[in-house]
Amino acid sequence: MAKLTFKTDFCKGCGLCVDACPKKLLRLANEKINKKGHHPAEITDQSACVGCASCALMCPDCVIQVER
Amino acid sequence: MAVVFQKPKALADIPMHYCPGCTHGIIHRLVAEVIDELGIEGKTIGIAPVGCSVMAYNYFTCDMIEAAHGRAPAIATGVKRSDPENHIVFTYQGDGDLASIGMAETVHAAARNENITVIFVNNAIYGMTGGQMAPTSLPGQITQTSPYGRDPKLCGYPIRVCEMLSQLEGPEYLERVTVNSVANIRKAKKAIKKAFQNQIDGKGFSLVEVVSSCPTNWGMTPQAALKWIDDNMIPYYPLGVYKDRTAEQEAAK
Ligand SMILES: Cc1ncc(C[n+]2csc(CCOP(=O)(O)OP(=O)(O)O)c2C)c(N)n1
Ligand code: SF4
Ligand code: SF4
Repeated sequence: MAKLTFKTDFCKGCGLCVDACPKKLLRLANEKINKKGHHPAEITDQSACVGCASCALMCPDCVIQVER
Repeated sequence: MAVVFQKPKALADIPMHYCPGCTHGIIHRLVAEVIDELGIEGKTIGIAPVGCSVMAYNYFTCDMIEAAHGRAPAIATGVKRSDPENHIVFTYQGDGDLASIGMAETVHAAARNENITVIFVNNAIYGMTGGQMAPTSLPGQITQTSPYGRDPKLCGYPIRVCEMLSQLEGPEYLERVTVNSVANIRKAKKAIKKAFQNQIDGKGFSLVEVVSSCPTNWGMTPQAALKWIDDNMIPYYPLGVYKDRTAEQEAAK
């Protein structure tokens, strides 16, 4: 079990986390817009996340907190 | 459940102004993680450059000083020498700052083996001013001031800072890393930690060159910029340790 928490309003929608996830569990929410005007990243299937923190390591803006 | 990854304490809880996907943010975080892990936030003084990271003083929670363009190693020298036991001093500089206008300060701080830590962010361009050619721009690289690609016959060849400084007797430690993948980010952190530990141990000038991206002025997506590092930057700027005096002395024993 793992849990990701997104500081959504810090996200710049760069998508680096999306590519970093080995299980391809992240997406940019194209139907949402955050305070900065970006499509923020989110996790599609939390139950499949192994908590490897690859996304968080790759994120330039410290958006993602990982618990395991 | 336990927290396995979170924003380091030495990084302020405010949004950074860097462009989406710019790896300056990753490098800031690595420096802050190292400051946390070594427990030195209270005695660390960072010197910010002129360049995109000019406002680094807003992001690190340790004390910070803003230097005139290129002069960070000179200021770091003064701060460190004023109280060597109680100050941990680092500079954070781009390639325009460190290798162009500030080259003299860089070389002489290294030659003196000044006991400071230098984080050198090489993105092969002047980011802040809109993408002019830097001393590290690659042959053929298109920039605002080399619209047909950098012509070495006209502008000379890019400078490999680690290789050049490794010819000096002075410096203790020189390593080039990059942050374009999870594995490379882990290696970069190790190098940055060593560069701070060296200062704590009184060993002297430690510089980590981090090959970084500038998606905005390279004119590509953040993803393409990370690949461009592998395809174009690393062949000209090979990763690795260029000097490690302590390791050399150990090996000679
Ligand atoms: C004395 C002086 N000369 C020139 C400038 C203009 N200037 C500002 S930032 C910069 C170069 C920044 O490039 P770099 O150090 O590579 O950092 P980056 O923005 O790419 O992170 C220049 C030339 C200045 N601010 N001060
Ligand atoms: S890497 Fe960070 S800033 Fe970029 S999309 Fe993912 S969470 Fe957002
Ligand atoms: S201009 Fe380039 S170096 Fe500066 S913040 Fe944007 S992407 Fe980063």
